[in-house]
Order: sequence, then structure tokens, then C-alpha cells
Amino acid sequence: MIGQNMSSTIATKPGMLSSSLLSSKGGNTFLGILFIVTLCAALGNQLFPPESVLHVDTYTITLLGKYLSYALLAMSVDIIWGYCGILSLGHGAFFALGGYAMGMYLMRQIGDRGVYGNPLLPDFMVFLNWSELPWFWLGFDSMIYTVLMVLLVPGLLAFIFGWLAFRSRVTGVYLSIMTQALTYALMLAFFRNEMGFGGNNGLTDFKDILGYDLQSDSTRVVLFVTTAMVLAVVYLMSQFILSSKFGRVIEAIRDAESRVRFVGFKTENYKIWLFVYSAMIAAIAGALYVPQVGIINPGEFAPLNSIEVVVWVAVGGRGLLYGAVLGALLVNFAKTQFTAILPEAWLFALGALFVGVTIFLPRGIVGLLNIRKKESLGR
Amino acid sequence: MAMANSVRKFIRKTRLFDPIFPEKIPDVDVSHEVLLYVEGLSVSFDGFKALNNLNLYIDDGELRCLIGANGAGKTTLMDVITGKTRPDQGMAYFGQTHNLLNKTEAEIATLGVGRKFQKPTVFEHHTVFENLELALHMDKSIRSSLFYSMNSEQLDRITEVLKTIGLSQVPRQLAGALSHGQKQWLEIGMLLVSDPRLLLVDEPVAGMTPQETESTAELLTSLAGDRTVVVVEHDMAFVRSIARKVTVLHQGSVLAEGDMEEIQNNPDVIKVYLGDSN
Repeated sequence: MIGQNMSSTIATKPGMLSSSLLSSKGGNTFLGILFIVTLCAALGNQLFPPESVLHVDTYTITLLGKYLSYALLAMSVDIIWGYCGILSLGHGAFFALGGYAMGMYLMRQIGDRGVYGNPLLPDFMVFLNWSELPWFWLGFDSMIYTVLMVLLVPGLLAFIFGWLAFRSRVTGVYLSIMTQALTYALMLAFFRNEMGFGGNNGLTDFKDILGYDLQSDSTRVVLFVTTAMVLAVVYLMSQFILSSKFGRVIEAIRDAESRVRFVGFKTENYKIWLFVYSAMIAAIAGALYVPQVGIINPGEFAPLNSIEVVVWVAVGGRGLLYGAVLGALLVNFAKTQFTAILPEAWLFALGALFVGVTIFLPRGIVGLLNIRKKESLGR
Repeated sequence: MAMANSVRKFIRKTRLFDPIFPEKIPDVDVSHEVLLYVEGLSVSFDGFKALNNLNLYIDDGELRCLIGANGAGKTTLMDVITGKTRPDQGMAYFGQTHNLLNKTEAEIATLGVGRKFQKPTVFEHHTVFENLELALHMDKSIRSSLFYSMNSEQLDRITEVLKTIGLSQVPRQLAGALSHGQKQWLEIGMLLVSDPRLLLVDEPVAGMTPQETESTAELLTSLAGDRTVVVVEHDMAFVRSIARKVTVLHQGSVLAEGDMEEIQNNPDVIKVYLGDSN
């Protein structure tokens, strides 16, 4: 590194932005594995009969899809925490909001197939004796409108939150507490029946999406493949953003925010827009999660969920996008296995994992593989 | 109509869309040949008066040295000028038109006030090259950062500055791995590439070898004229080697002002400051 002369710097520097996407070894490996696993799992489910050893059952497909949406959520937290040092303990809120938007679409798709057979109103509204659809449920019969809302509502919330918090220069632990309060307040609100989001029970009993039966194998496979594709696209987009000069400013803000101000960057604007971007990714993750698990309820807003996401990122290795993905997949796989054997011990195991990783692996599993951050960004 | 106007006013006031529609900044007006006006400035921290009714005028293009004992208010003055500290009283203007007291750090930096800190503060996890790239004089908006690629002019400028600060062998080294003196130089380099109108340089030669001190003196003297340089320094030999005009601060206000000889013969100054060190 030290001995490199100027000419090589000059040669590599201007082309860095475009080449960094291709020359990131870890990133390419990640995308490659994601592609192969997705392809094999999808083909294994569709082509091979259930009695074949190569058959991948639909339960596994759905589980993988769920993991991948968690991975997307972890990536969104890594973008804001690992790169910008903003420890958000409330990203579950954006995830759940995205999930609720998708849930509302799926509710409207039920039509008159609900228990009460009302062609317009979802079951819980009939149950509450509501006579018409609340205004904020209008439009959710359209997928395009739903996708817009999945992005806009959490994006707007993140913008308002970020605008208030970052302009007042709230940082560190105070900011983390505020994000916790945000998700907790939303949880309490969504628990109320009068909010019009199904209260305690949330939204469930979904029938189909875009006219396809949610229970059928092929729909499940398509949802899983979609999630994998979205993960790859978001990964590439985030990698582009974070390896641009914008990303270097963001990392400088993480390390010495006041110094960045004296250089002339309006750091609060950078933070607000990165926060909005990250919240939108979390929301997309939620929207992909809901059709695969078939339910969304206020429990998703629980502060504990958001903290768990932070643990995933810490385990995988923050400051690297595929580190977050790896952490989300591993911890959730462990959770599935663990809760099957010793359900009540899982939280203790998770806590121990977090403490252990913080002490022994400050850079997470990716740090263990000794992949340097600078290399991964193609520098 | 009135409604629309008030909405527009509100939006402008909150500066909600600055990242998308950046505000145009008017040029610095130095028609009276004074670049920096500081009048009646007072700052107190928990009853301690760090600045006490301080008046200071810096002409466009001059090289000014600020000296004073510890606690005289030198760094606090720089903090006020760069927007880090808000004063209790007084005013600070950059040129005729820009009130520095209602601007943020970033806005002041964009106006052309560059600062080198007492303790070198570089971006330790960025390379030397990236440090300079971040400081480069250019549009600092989000959009331009996102789609930025360096042009050859900017690359030449950085290459040139790397040579000036003696770091052209190590552009890809992490700044955190540099020695104290090298960090000082890197910060001076960041100041240079940011192409400021006014340079506030806080103790530039701390931790430098005599040769480096000499070349810093040369560099600062050569910058004056085109730019305005304000240097805070404890090293009296260094001050002697560059100073044309010296301002002595004492307990938050100006004690004396003049060329080096006048200052050295000023009985007040001898009593409170020079007397101690000589």
C-alpha cells in the first residue's frame, strides 16, 4: 500500500466508481451464491417430484424467502449503522409499515371470500360494525398504488424523524432511544382497533396476490425468487451509492461528523437522505415478508425485533453489506433450529451471542474471514 | 395566493428541499477592503468569559498572527468565526454582506472560510487521497457527490498539493496511520485543496521539525495576498519569521496590535505575555 506510486493511483482513481461494483470479490461471491442457491431451490421445488432426493419442499422455499427478506432488513440497518454510525433500534417500524401496506393490498384481494362475505370490507371491519372503508384503505386494491405506499409512507416517516432528529443534532444513544420510542409508539397505536389495521390480530387470511393463489407452490417459488432478485438489486444499488463519493462522505460522518461540517458538507442532509433510503429498503423487506408468512400484526413493531436485527448485523459484520446478509441468515437459521429444540432458551442464546460477538469478533464473521473493508470496496 | 406565498416562505425558511434545489450564495463583498469584521464579541462558558467585547478587523489579503497565552480566547474566536460556537453578544461579518453568526459550519465553509484545527483532525479511516478529495473545493450537495467522478483538473490539483505537503509517496495510506507531523501536513493540504478565501490556521507547526516549520512559514507567506491568512501560534520564532501584523489577545480581548517590533516593545504585552516566555 505504502510503496504504491502516484501514477497507479491516478490510473485507478477516476474509474473507481464503475469498477468497484465489479471488482468487489466478496460482493461477487455473495451474488454468485445467492444466484445459485435461488436457482437450485426453485428448480428443486418445481422440477423434481416430492419423492426425489433433489426435491426442495415448499416449506423450505418459504423459509428461505423469509430469511432473505430478513437479510434485506439487515442490509438496511447495516447501511445506516455500519456505514453512518447511526444505531437505529427502530428499523422494525419501517419493516412493519411496509408489511402493513402489503397486508392491506392482500386483504383487499380477499374480496367476498372472507368469513362475513362482505365484498368491500375486510372481516375485522365487519366485526367492528364499520359501514364503509376508511379513506386510508382506498387505493390498496391496486398493486402499483400499494408498491408506492410501501415506499412512500415509511420514507416520509423516516424523513420527518430524520429531519427533526438530525437537524437538532441528536446523536448516539439518545438517537437510539428515540428510534426505540418510535417503534414502540407505533406498536401501541397499531394494537388499537380504532386505528383500522385489525388491532391485536393484525391482517391475515390472505388468499391471493395479483390473482395467483398464495398457497400454491409456484406462487411461493415466485415470491422467493422475487425476494432474492430484490436483494441482489438493492445490494448493487447500495454498493453503488456507498462506493461513490457520497459513501465516503457518509463514512467520514461516522468517524468525525463535526470535521465533515467544517469541510462544507451539510451532514444533516446526508444523514436524512441515507436514513430515508435505508427505511425504504426496510419497508420493501417487510412487503416481501408478509405474503410469504401470511400474517402481519403489531407484534412486528416490538422494540425487541429491531434490536434483534442489530444483533444480526453485528454477528455478520457491520460496514459490509454482505456481512449483514450473512449475519441475518445465520442467526435466523440458528433461531429456527434452536427454538425447535429449546424454545425458552433462545433469547438467552441470542444475548450470549451478541455479547460474545462484541467481545471476540468486533468485526463480525466477515472480519473473521479477514476480508478487508477497503478491498471489498474495490480500493 | 397569499396562502401559496406563505407556504413557499415556510418551505424556504425550513430549507426542506435544499438538497434538491440548493440556494445560490452571493459573492463575498470586500469593497471596503476588509474581509472579516468582528465587533463586540463576548462568549462565556459557565461564567468564565472566554471572549470579552473583542474587536478585530482582518483586511482582504493580509497575513495576521494571533498570539496570546493559554485561555486568551484564540481558539474560541476561531470557533465563533467558523460557526462552532454561538456568541452571547457581538457580530461577525464575512465581507460586507455575510453575517457569520446565523450560518451553520457547512455554510461558512462553503463561503470560503477554511480551518486547520489545533489538534490535527483528519479522517483516519480514509486514505490520504480521499481526505483531500473530501476537502476539495466543489459542489458539496448530495446529488453531485452521488454521481461524482474526478476530472483531470481536480486530479492535477490534488497531485500538486500532495507534492506540496510531502505525501505524494503515500496517497493510498490510511490517514490514521500517518505520524503527527504528517497529519498536520495533510490537514494543511485539505485546507489548500478547499481553496478558501480566509484560512484560519491554529498552531500549524506543532510537532514539526525545524525544516518543516520553515517550509510551513514559506507556504503561509506565499498564500497571503491572494488569500487572507490568520495564524494562531505559540512558537514566537515562527511568528517572527512570518508576521507582518500581530494581534495580541489577553483574557478574551485585544491587548495590542501592530508589527512585531511594536508588539515586542509594548510594555503591556511584555508584562502579560512575552515576559513569561523570555
